[in-house]
Amino acid sequence: MNYGETFFWVITPYVTLVVLIGGLLWRYRYDKFGWTTRSSQLYESRLLRIASPLFHYGLVFVIAGHVIGLFIPASWTEAIGLSDHAYHLLARVFGGLAGLAVLAGLALLIYRRRHYGPVFRATTVNDKVMYVALALAVVAGLAATLSGAEYRDSVSPWFRSVFVFRPDAEAMAEATVFFKLHVIAGMVMVGLFPFTRLVHALSAPVGYLFRPYIVYRSRLRQNQSL
Amino acid sequence: MSPRVMAQLAMVMNLDKCIGCHTCSVTCKQTWTNRAGVEYAWFNNVETRPGQGYPRGHEDQDRWRGGWEVDAKGRLRLRAGGRVRKLLGIFANPLMPSIQDYYEPWTYDYENLTRAPLGDDVPVAPPRSLISGEPMAIRWSANWDDNLGGDPSEDPILRKVGDQVKLEFEQAFMFYLPRICEHCLNPSCVASCPSGALYKREEDGIVLVDQDRCRGWRMCVTGCPYKKIYFNHRTGKAEKCTFCYPRIEVGLPTVCSETCVGRLRYLGVMLYDADRVGEVASIADDKELYEAQLSLFVDPDDPAVAASGLPDDWIEAARRSPVHDLIMRYRIALPLHPEYRTLPMVWYVPPLSPVVDALAGSGYDGEDADNLFAAVEALRIPVEYLAELFTAGDPVPVTAALRRLAAMRSYMRAVNLGEEPELPHSGLSAEDIHDMYRLLALARYDERYVIPTAYSNTPGAVEEIGCSLDYDGGPGMAGPFGEGSGRPVPVSIESFHGLKQRQTGEETTRDRVNLLNWDGRGKPAGLFPPKKGEAS
Repeated sequence: MNYGETFFWVITPYVTLVVLIGGLLWRYRYDKFGWTTRSSQLYESRLLRIASPLFHYGLVFVIAGHVIGLFIPASWTEAIGLSDHAYHLLARVFGGLAGLAVLAGLALLIYRRRHYGPVFRATTVNDKVMYVALALAVVAGLAATLSGAEYRDSVSPWFRSVFVFRPDAEAMAEATVFFKLHVIAGMVMVGLFPFTRLVHALSAPVGYLFRPYIVYRSRLRQNQSL
Repeated sequence: MSPRVMAQLAMVMNLDKCIGCHTCSVTCKQTWTNRAGVEYAWFNNVETRPGQGYPRGHEDQDRWRGGWEVDAKGRLRLRAGGRVRKLLGIFANPLMPSIQDYYEPWTYDYENLTRAPLGDDVPVAPPRSLISGEPMAIRWSANWDDNLGGDPSEDPILRKVGDQVKLEFEQAFMFYLPRICEHCLNPSCVASCPSGALYKREEDGIVLVDQDRCRGWRMCVTGCPYKKIYFNHRTGKAEKCTFCYPRIEVGLPTVCSETCVGRLRYLGVMLYDADRVGEVASIADDKELYEAQLSLFVDPDDPAVAASGLPDDWIEAARRSPVHDLIMRYRIALPLHPEYRTLPMVWYVPPLSPVVDALAGSGYDGEDADNLFAAVEALRIPVEYLAELFTAGDPVPVTAALRRLAAMRSYMRAVNLGEEPELPHSGLSAEDIHDMYRLLALARYDERYVIPTAYSNTPGAVEEIGCSLDYDGGPGMAGPFGEGSGRPVPVSIESFHGLKQRQTGEETTRDRVNLLNWDGRGKPAGLFPPKKGEAS
C-alpha cells in the first residue's frame, strides 16, 4: 500500500467528516436563512415536473441501497438464505434502475438549468461546482454498480472501519477503480454538502405528518426560541 | 361551555370609497417588496372587478385547488390534498403558479436614451426582463385589466354568475378590490407548510413566515386560495403580507391603511372563540359560512372575555373597534370568499356606487331610498357578482348590506337638507345610522385605527421582571459607567420607543444575505461568528 492509498482511505474520510459536521453546525447556526431548496419552479415547471421527481425518488432508492450495501455484512444476508449470487443480481438490477433514474433526472435537470435562461441566470458558481461533484459521483457509482464488481469485501468493510476509528485502508485498496473513483467523488460531494443547497435533504419534513395543521406561536416565545 | 377567547387584528375596507389609485400597493411595495427576488410580488394589490385579478384567475379553485373543502363524511381537509399527498408531491409542486401567471417583472434599458446613435427617431428605453435579463414584450402585469382595460370575460367569478352578463358597455359595472393577506382564522397556508415555518401569532392572529425555518417547499403558495404568499426566487423562501406587524406593535396602522387617500381602511381587534374555529370551517353549506363566522365572534362585554386573561387594553380596544362595529353592529362588512373556509379576517363593505351610478345614469334620483332599494333588487348582475365574492353566492346578506348603505345615504341627505328624515326599513335605528355615517364619512385617524400596543403585558410574559439584556456580555451587564449606568429602563418601554423611532425614522433595515446569494465580497452581517468585542 502506498502513500496515495493511505491519503485517500485514511486521511480524506476524516477530513470529509470534520468538514461535514463542522460545516453543518456553522450553516445551521449562522445561515438558517440560506437553508432552502432554492427552487426554480417559479421560472420553469414543465420539465421540472418530470425531472425532479425522477431524480429525487431515484435518490431515495439509491440511498436505501447504500445503507444496505455498506452497513449489512455479507454474512448477514447469507444467514437469511440469500446467496451471494442472488444478492448481487438484486443489487445490480434495483441499484442499476435507481441509478439510471437518478442519472436521467440529473441530466434533465442540468439540461433545464443550461437551456432555460431564467434558470441558468439563477445558477450560482456554488451550484455549478455542486452539480459537477454530484454528476461525477452518480456516473462513477452507476458504472461501479453495473460493472458488477464485488464491494462487500472491500468498500463496505473499509466504510464501517472508518466509523470505529480503525480505518482499514487495505480493504479499500482491493476495490476496483470504478469504486475508488466513486468513493472519492462521494467524499468530495459530502464535503461540499454543508455549503450548498444540498442541505435541504436534511430538512425532509417528516414532522409534518405528526403536527396539528395550524401552528400558533407566541410573539415572546418566538423571540426566545431563535 | 365558555369560549376560549383569542384576539385577532382585523381590517375592513369600504369599497365605495376606493378610487383605484394604487397608492396602497405602491407604498406597500416600497416598504416590503422593493427587493430582488420579489419584484413580481405585491403584498397589497388593487384589482378592477370584473377582471382576472392577480395572479391571473386566482379565484378559479378548480384549477389552483387552494383553501379547504369538506369531504363526503363532513370532514375538513385541504383541497390540494392532505399531509401524505403533500409530501409525495414535494419534489415538484404540480399546482404552483408560474411567474407568467403573476407577470414577468421588467425594468427599462434607460442607458439607451443617452447612448443611442444620432438618428431621426427619438430613442426609447426598451423593456428588459428582470427574470431572464433579455428584451421582452410586456404582455401582462399585476394591474393589467385596470379600469376594465383587459378582457374581463376571463374572470372566474363572472363565469360563475352566468350567461346573462353580456358585458355591454352600457351595462358595464365595475369597482376596485384592494387585496392583502386575509390573516385567516383557519389559514390553509399554515396548514400546508411542511416545515412549520408559517404560523399564526397567538397575541394578534397575524400570520407570518419564519424566514429561518422556511425551506422553500412552496406548498403554502398552493395552499393559499387568495394566492397571497409569494416565493422569493432569490432567497428561495416564502414571503407574505406581514400586516406591518412592526408598526402595529407600536400602535401605528399598516402602511396601506396609513397611506390610503380614500381613508377607506379600518383596523381593529376582533375577539373570537378559538375552540369553535374548526367546527365553523366544516359547516356543510357554503352559504352558511358567513353567518357561522359571525357566530364565532365574541362580544367584548361578554363575561367570558374578562375571564379570558386577555390584557385590559386589548379588551378596551375590542370595545372601541371600528371593525367590530362594521362587521357586527351595522352588518355592512362581508368576508372575501368565505367558501374557501379559511375564515378570512380582512372584510369588505360592498360598493353601492355601481347601483347609484346606474340609477343616476338612467335619470332617476340616485340618493332616494325607495329608488335605491328598488335598484338594488333590480340590478341583479352587480348583486350576484358581489355575492359570489363575499357570501359564497347568497345574495341576501349583500342586498341587506347595500340596503343599509342606501338607507344611510338617503337619511343623511334629508338631515343635511334640513328635511324631516324618514327612517327606511333596513334594520338600523336612527342612532345606528348617525354612528355609521360618522364612522364611514368623518371618522378621524384614531377612530379608524384602534390598535392596542401593550403586547408586553400579555399573560405569562415576564419581560418587566429583571432586564432581558442582563445576559452574560449583554448591555445590561456593563459596568456602572457609560451606557450601562443609571437606573435600568424597563425593557418594554425602551423597546416600545425604540421600535417607534425605528418605524418612523428615516433609516431602512438592511437586507439579509444568505450563503447561496453571497457573492464572496464583503462580510454579510450574521453569516459568520462575530469577532470578539463585536455585538452579535
